[in-house]
Amino acid sequence: MVKSITILPGSNRQGNPEFKESIELKMGNVISIVGPTGSGKTTLINDIELLSDGTTPTGRRILINNALPPADYRNNPSRNPIALITQHTTFLSDLPVHEFLFMHARIRNKNDQHVSELIQKTIDFANQLTGEPIITNSKMTELSGGQTRALLIADAAVICDTPVVLLDEVENAGIHRTRALELLRRHEKIFVFVTHDPRIALLSDFRVIMKEGGIAQVLYTNHVERDFAERVTKLDDVLGSLREIIRKGERLTTEALEGVL
Amino acid sequence: MKLCICAGPATTGKTSVLRHVIKKLITMNLKSAYLKIDVQYAEEDELLASEFGIPTRKIYSGELCPDHCNVVVLGETLEWAQSVSSDILLVETAGLCLRCSPYVDGGMGIIVLEATSGINLPLKVGPMLSLADTAVITKIDRVSQAEREVFRMRIQDVAPSVRIREVNALHGIGIDPLVEQITQMGDIHENMLLRGNPPVGTCTICVGKKEIGWKQHFGIVRKLHGEVFYQGE
Ligand SMILES: Nc1nc2c(ncn2[C@@H]2O[C@H](COP(=O)(O)OP(=O)(O)OP(=O)(O)O)[C@@H](O)[C@H]2O)c(=O)[nH]1
Ligand SMILES: Nc1ncnc2c1ncn2[C@@H]1O[C@H](COP(=O)(O)OP(=O)(O)OP(=O)(O)O)[C@@H](O)[C@H]1O
Ligand SMILES: [Mg+2]
Ligand SMILES: [Mg+2]
Ligand SMILES: [Zn+2]
Repeated sequence: MVKSITILPGSNRQGNPEFKESIELKMGNVISIVGPTGSGKTTLINDIELLSDGTTPTGRRILINNALPPADYRNNPSRNPIALITQHTTFLSDLPVHEFLFMHARIRNKNDQHVSELIQKTIDFANQLTGEPIITNSKMTELSGGQTRALLIADAAVICDTPVVLLDEVENAGIHRTRALELLRRHEKIFVFVTHDPRIALLSDFRVIMKEGGIAQVLYTNHVERDFAERVTKLDDVLGSLREIIRKGERLTTEALEGVL
Repeated sequence: MKLCICAGPATTGKTSVLRHVIKKLITMNLKSAYLKIDVQYAEEDELLASEFGIPTRKIYSGELCPDHCNVVVLGETLEWAQSVSSDILLVETAGLCLRCSPYVDGGMGIIVLEATSGINLPLKVGPMLSLADTAVITKIDRVSQAEREVFRMRIQDVAPSVRIREVNALHGIGIDPLVEQITQMGDIHENMLLRGNPPVGTCTICVGKKEIGWKQHFGIVRKLHGEVFYQGE
């Protein structure tokens, strides 16, 4: 059972030591990683996913439950406690969607009898996040960018169903992000979001701030921000509904626009 | 001295992997020598020699299948590597024929495959994969975690006994366990043999007979429908 993940700091792009203290992510925590483009956010979650042992360019080390993770976690996908949703918006394999999911389910879940059920659940999950539903006979390479991200999120939540989920900029996916958050957070896990989104950032226990390839600071969400979070959520919902109207090809009405104010 | 033969389709990252291997070996005070076998063009020998100051060579296989060429020249290459007092000879070959494999018993065989290649590639590379000790999957940074895992399983299904290492050969991530495996293997010995069974027969096409149709050829041939059979004396 994974109870915590610890990041032991390494160095930034200049090779200087980054943040001095180790950072602990506890079960149930939501963490955001923020910072400008190119500041090393993706690199940090890759380090976590690789269970980096000081041999990646950053020199960071990752502990699980305060100990070195067993090699099995890295070499045997059925034991890997981490699901990573990368920034990729394309698949390269031309397998049909159901075949790909079938194979992935076989890798991640040892017991075979529930596989077809899992695949259906994954597709249903993904289709709640996309506009146009995913056709299971279509090839992975034919999916749109948004469908690809939606399927990756669904795959991580349903098929991997790991105690740790890392998400790289879900807000850029063109999917129903709020719905994704809602569905994902039904289970207790460690969530790490790479994000630029105030709503996700304020929902976090703390945010890790990246600069020049290194961890520069850790900010705990304070009272002011927590009190503010509710209003940010409302504002975001209003903007979300406007986005939906535009997406559907409809006109914005005075009624809808009044919500903004 | 140890021998490590590294094969794989074009541009999968063989040189990138070996660069990081060499870099790591240097930090361990181990001397490597490098041979590249390619059909008609290669520049790795010059690049690696200037980057690391190690002894390197290249051979153009020309008409020969690079894997066959490797077998023929390996004896002398081992002598050369020993004469420049190397600890490890690294051979990079662009195995193209896909029917034979370049590995020898007494040396380590590595196939380099890229995670970005089609999901069916592991099914197509034959003995180059199944006779390897280790399959290195490169370019893991270019695909999603799910795709990486499915690719890994494809290899495992085809070659269950081959050890798999996933690496990012641009940044050298995942290279250390591979280097550890290389340094822990046994030394080369006399009379080393090619691993596995080479493809059957001596082919008249390979020796330059161009006529179309099985009636024109000797050795192991086949008709469109039916089994292979032997024709000749
Ligand atoms: N993103 C990424 N690119 C890689 C990786 N490994 C290799 N490359 C790139 O892939 C290209 C080919 O790499 P090489 O190492 O030259 O491949 P090779 O197998 O030696 O190629 P040949 O000897 O020409 O057959 C180069 O542009 C590398 O930078 C990797 O892990 N990730
Ligand atoms: N600590 C480090 N040491 C050396 N190189 C680093 C380090 N951190 C990041 N890099 C390099 O910097 C580049 C940009 O990093 P990365 O892709 O993680 O940025 P990002 O914050 O995710 O950017 P974006 O917002 O565009 O997705 C990468 O090539 C990465 O390898
Ligand atoms: Mg990024
Ligand atoms: Mg090369
Ligand atoms: Zn051959």
